[in-house]
Amino acid sequence: MNVLPVLWDALLSPFVEFAFMRRALVATLALALSAAPLGVFLTLRRMSLLGDALSHAVLPGVAIGFMVSGLSLTAMAIGGVLAGMLVAGVAGAVSRFTTLKEDASLAAIYLVALALGVTLIAGHGTQLDLLHILFGSALGVDASGLLLVAGVATASVLALALMYRGLVLETFDPVFLSAHRSGVPPWMWQQGFLMLVVLNLVAGFQTLGTLMAVGLMMLPAVSARLWHDTLPAQLVNASAQAALAGVAGLLLSYHFDTPSGPTIIGCAGALYATSLLLAPGGWLPRWWATAHRVA
Amino acid sequence: MSALPAISLHNLTVSYRQHPALHHVSGHFAQGSLTAVIGPNGAGKSTLLKGIAGLVPLDRHARIERASELRMAYLPQHSELDRSFPLEVRDCVLMGLWTQTGAWGRVTPAMLARVDAALEAVGLQGFGHRPVGTLSSGQLQRTLFARLLVQDAQIILLDEPFNAVDSKTTASLLTLVQQWHRQGRTVVAVVHDDAQVRAHFPQTLLLARECIAWGATTEVLTHENLARARHMAALP
Repeated sequence: MNVLPVLWDALLSPFVEFAFMRRALVATLALALSAAPLGVFLTLRRMSLLGDALSHAVLPGVAIGFMVSGLSLTAMAIGGVLAGMLVAGVAGAVSRFTTLKEDASLAAIYLVALALGVTLIAGHGTQLDLLHILFGSALGVDASGLLLVAGVATASVLALALMYRGLVLETFDPVFLSAHRSGVPPWMWQQGFLMLVVLNLVAGFQTLGTLMAVGLMMLPAVSARLWHDTLPAQLVNASAQAALAGVAGLLLSYHFDTPSGPTIIGCAGALYATSLLLAPGGWLPRWWATAHRVA
Repeated sequence: MSALPAISLHNLTVSYRQHPALHHVSGHFAQGSLTAVIGPNGAGKSTLLKGIAGLVPLDRHARIERASELRMAYLPQHSELDRSFPLEVRDCVLMGLWTQTGAWGRVTPAMLARVDAALEAVGLQGFGHRPVGTLSSGQLQRTLFARLLVQDAQIILLDEPFNAVDSKTTASLLTLVQQWHRQGRTVVAVVHDDAQVRAHFPQTLLLARECIAWGATTEVLTHENLARARHMAALP
């Protein structure tokens, strides 16, 4: 009889009472919709590390934007996008024109970028600014931040829909695509896709921080692959898990007063662990199947 | 041979980091010919096909001419695909129509009918909605042959098409190759099994980083030629 009020207090009243919670919710859901499917493609292309590297690479750009005009979202976002695209372009070119594998050069780039970014910010701001940029504050998303996230999410979902066929083909069988050229040159798919990843990381940096933004992209993507055999189902599942992690993370961080970004990623991690156990490709169903075959 | 050349090679040389994998190969594949490319490991067989498919840069003086009105299809070696990719067999075969649909073109019911017909021709009817990850090696190779059928190309390049597949699959894929030959398509295939070459391929190109012999299979597959190829391949 008094379950309903409890549920109301736990799940709905934070969003009903506080505008900042509503903005955080919308931003997180928009990110979940656009970033998680990109993560699925990153894992399929065996580029999971690339998301990480790019999220670090964004940092010096954000720092330079911060140096130029303080905690201005526009300046930091532009700086982040430029830096990320530079690194994505360089990484693509390195793997196309040299024999070096992409991940080796990326590992180098992202460590340097992280060091550079932290130094720049620490030299020109306070500890609090640094924490804010590294780990974000979903609860501090303002109207302009919301516009950025919503704009990027819209553009990125539309762009992914346009690129879908080419990207799937180029991911599954790049050799086929380069041997049977028609229309858009093959490398454009990869570069276009990397640009989308950078845009989403930058959109995520205010909500989740540069270091955490990649978590909402990769964790749901990795666990979604355990649930389904077809790509569309994996994409939808990844978005749904990211959205669930977002809502749960925001509520937990509200009730227990924990930092929102890491809490959201923690929830995504919990969903991943659950998937490892329970999903059709996970441990329990497989164990169940082998146990029955033996018996 | 009186037939027009489908592909002409002029001084074809391909190097990987200054090490020539293939040098000074000249000659042509006649239209409608069925040629086996054979040779020891590291002889440049795959490189030859990649060169023709435009996948590796050629040296400056090398030139490949292809009859421009002929469409070409290329099937790389088996191992290069990600088997865990979440893709349905039907969609994999549909990729063969990429040059027609492009990235944004509509897939018509006629195209889907072609895909179904191709799947039936390779003995995979009813497999359309299976994920490629659940296929055996032989079934995957049949799927890729269905994709070749859908591509409907006049020139078909096959890189070790019968590797890692069972003998039953090999037999039925060879039947398809024979069918392409009868239809007047130009087929070039890298093959390992000499008996297979003698039985099914009228023409043979024997490579050992350079062209050892190229012509009718019976004239190419002699002891002297094979010994020379082994000797050449053993050189550093």
